[in-house]
Order: sequence, then structure tokens, then C-alpha cells
Amino acid sequence: MIRSITQQKPEAELDRLLEGLRRIFIIGCGTCTTLTQTGGAPEVAAMKKMLSQKGKMVTGDMVLAVACDNLTREALVEYGAHMSQADAFVIMTCAFGVQNIALHSEKLVVPALNTLFIGKETAPGEFNEVCTQCGDCILGETGGICPVTSCHKGLVNGPCGGTNNGKCEIDSEKDCAWTLIYNRLLDLDRLKSMKKLQKPRNHQAELSPGKRRLSL
Amino acid sequence: MVSTFKKALNSGKFIVTSEVAPPKGTNLDKMAHHIELLKDRVDAINITDHQSSVMRFPSLGGALLVKEMGGEPILQMTCRDRNRMALQADLLFASQRGIKNVLCLTGDAVMFGDHKEAKGVFDLDSSQLVAAIGRLEKGEDLGGNTLEGTVKFCKGAIVTPEANPLEPQLIKFEKKIEAGAEFIQTQAVYDLDNFMEFMRYAKQFPIKILAGIILLTSAPMARFMNKNVAGVNVPQELVDEMASAPKGTALAKGIEIAGRMIKRLQKEKMCDGVHIMAIGREELVPDIMAAAGLD
Repeated sequence: MIRSITQQKPEAELDRLLEGLRRIFIIGCGTCTTLTQTGGAPEVAAMKKMLSQKGKMVTGDMVLAVACDNLTREALVEYGAHMSQADAFVIMTCAFGVQNIALHSEKLVVPALNTLFIGKETAPGEFNEVCTQCGDCILGETGGICPVTSCHKGLVNGPCGGTNNGKCEIDSEKDCAWTLIYNRLLDLDRLKSMKKLQKPRNHQAELSPGKRRLSL
Repeated sequence: MVSTFKKALNSGKFIVTSEVAPPKGTNLDKMAHHIELLKDRVDAINITDHQSSVMRFPSLGGALLVKEMGGEPILQMTCRDRNRMALQADLLFASQRGIKNVLCLTGDAVMFGDHKEAKGVFDLDSSQLVAAIGRLEKGEDLGGNTLEGTVKFCKGAIVTPEANPLEPQLIKFEKKIEAGAEFIQTQAVYDLDNFMEFMRYAKQFPIKILAGIILLTSAPMARFMNKNVAGVNVPQELVDEMASAPKGTALAKGIEIAGRMIKRLQKEKMCDGVHIMAIGREELVPDIMAAAGLD
């Protein structure tokens, strides 16, 4: 299952964002940020304690089941009374949740987390970025391993000179995507697709911001 | 007019190139001094492009200075800082101003440099940049539009013969040749037996290969490169040889080793020439050449 991978913002940044705001309502999420332990019930409780110690008045808190879901709107109505007293919401969901809440409420929203990437859980507590949704998928030529996402430089014609014992020059914990692709294509006897000189990528395949209407 | 560097490449003589780095700032005195020292001794001078992702005076400006001083520049261009529009525009400008050689590189990751929060562009990769030059030479840009006045370059790229694993690197090397690369300057090589293996493979291709020589300045520097620089392998014997140099003579030892390596490369006709990198000690390049018997 894919997840929105988040990380707590530095405390100083949150302090700055909340400067002059006294009454706070805290919102967590029961899905991705619960799994990553950045915005589940325990983290919301810890945030409540921390903000209280900083002299804020926490008017209430809740953990939405799925912050990015349409039901968030109903939940916001249900908690209306506690929320209306707040100067701002401190939101411990990913940025999708923050934007969904902002869409359905007139309050100032303050994200407590940074959203890093959409990732796949590869081991308990370990998440890998697998797709940057570039709109121009080349997995068919790379053995199902994405260099646009998994190569730090997004290279499509093979490795740079920074391959270090099969690892990436930026982090010895990260595999070199092109070493993985090479090994996979070698096993599949498909190295010829790596030998093809790929044209420059189309960076405008889906014009950002994306917007689609599907005929369902 | 064909570049004098290209003429030298095709002459069959043992080629020597070296490089100088532009300064951080506008004071070009030191770079000009290095150019002055090298311009009549080597076949061409590379001008590095924000080397190690450190923002500096541009390689294009440095290459023009080499030209103005009567030398033969090789303009280094990385794909890290410019998208395809900016790269093509700079190529038009370089060609129009008489720069005739370009070395295409991917570029180091942004995080190694001094603007760690900058966006790494990598709109093109090094092989695509070589191909882009070929297309400009045919009078057409990457958008398929006709140029009014075209370009002509001697096109180069790099390869890392000590990369691990090596095979993916070689596939990329072959793509650079397919894209139109005419010469290669390699990442630093120290184990010449390994390099000979690489050259046995590389010689099947119609491309000139200049072996990268980085001056060893001390044993700790050699160990540092082994630990931190991808694709560089200083064999233990050379590290020991550097360490055995009496205090105050390590640099002389490094010059001796570089000279010895170049001599062997030339004597055994292993490759077409050398690219000497003296990173920060450019004034020592003539000494290295003397040690190699090249002066």
C-alpha cells in the first residue's frame, strides 16, 4: 500500500508559525500519519502537551479517520463548537489532509508536518519513494525500477560517475538505481533496452497543476 | 576552422590536456596566471563548470579568457544547473565566440556544493547533451527549429574506468559515442593494469581516450579519495609509497608518481594522451610534465 510519508517540522518553525495565535485546535489522521507515527493519537496528545506548556490554550483535538477523505467535511461540522473557538488549526496530517481541511473550513491552517513523498512500506517503519508521477512512464524499459524517482538525478540513460559499489554518491545507504536496473535487465536478458539512447524527457507530459475529468 | 585541439587529436601525437578552475568572484588574476603557465605547454585547457557544485565564475567566461590569452579552451558543461534551453543558448554563444571544444558531464549532486538547497536541474543527461550538440551542428535545435547560423564543436565526454559495477558505466560510455562524442577524458586512474583492461575494450571504438591523472599530494589525500570519491581507486602500494616519502617531500613524491604513470601510458601506447588534474596546484602541472619527460 502506498502512504504519504511525513516528518515533524522543526519545533522552532512551528513556534514561528504559531506566533501570536493563542487558541489552537489539533487535528491528526488515522491513516498515513498514524502509521508513520507523526500524527496519530499519541503524537496528537504529545502536541497538546507541548503547546499547553508553551502557554497555548488547546480548545480541542481529534484524529480524523482519513484526513484526505470527503468525510472530513462532516467531521469538521461535528466538532464545530470546539473549532470555532480556535484561532488556528495545528494539523498533523500530510499536505493532502491540510489542503482538504482548508477547503472545508475558514480557519487558519498550520501544518505541523512536512510531507516528504508518496512511499511504499518495504519493511516495518521503512518507506521507499517509488513514483514521482511524472506523466511519462518508462518502467517498461527499465525492468520495473524507476530511475526518474530512484536515481537522485532522474537520469534515463544509465548511471552518472557517482556509482559507488552499487550505491549512490549522495548516500551509501541508497542503492544506485542504475545498478539495480542493470542487474534486473541482465536477468531478464533485456539489456538492449538500456543500450538504447533515450531522448530527453518530456517534463510537460502533464501540465502542472494537473486536472483531469474522466469519462466514467 | 577546425579546433587546434581536434587537429592535435587526429595527429597521432600523445595529447596532454589540463584544467583550471574559475574563482569564486570576479578576480581572475590567479586563473589567468594558471592559463599563462599552461597555454603553450598543453594541447588544450579545460575550464571547470562549478566544480563540486560550488558556485563560481562561469566556465564560459573562463573559456573566453583562455581564448583571449591565445590558448585552446575545452568548455566544460554540466547538466546540473541549466535546462536544455539554457544549455543550447550557451552553446550558441560559445560557438559564436570561437570556442571549439566542449566536454559534456552530468555534474555532481547539488548537496556536495555550497548552495545545498538549490534545485538540481538534470533536464538533459551527459549523453543527451552530446547528442544535442550534434543536432545544433546540423542546424536544428532540440525543439526541431531551424537555426540561423549554426555551431561546430569537438565533442567530449567522460568515463569512469574504475566504476563499480563497471558494466552499466560502459553501456553509458557506448551511448556517448553513439551520440557523437569524439574524445573522452577519464576519471582519475591509478591502477594502470586495470586501465589497460579498460583500454583493450575501449580501443574497439572510434574515439580518442585521454587518461585522467590527478596529482597525489599526500597519503591522507589518497586515502580520502579512496574513501570518498566514487570511481577513484588508489592502490595500496601507491598509498604506501606516498606515506613513505620523508617529511616535506610528499608533493615531490606525488609529482614523481604522476610522471611515472604518464611515462608508462605513453611508452606502452595504452591510450591517446592524458588529462592532468592538479586540483588547486595547477602551477605544478609543468613539473608533472617534466617528470613525465613531456617538456
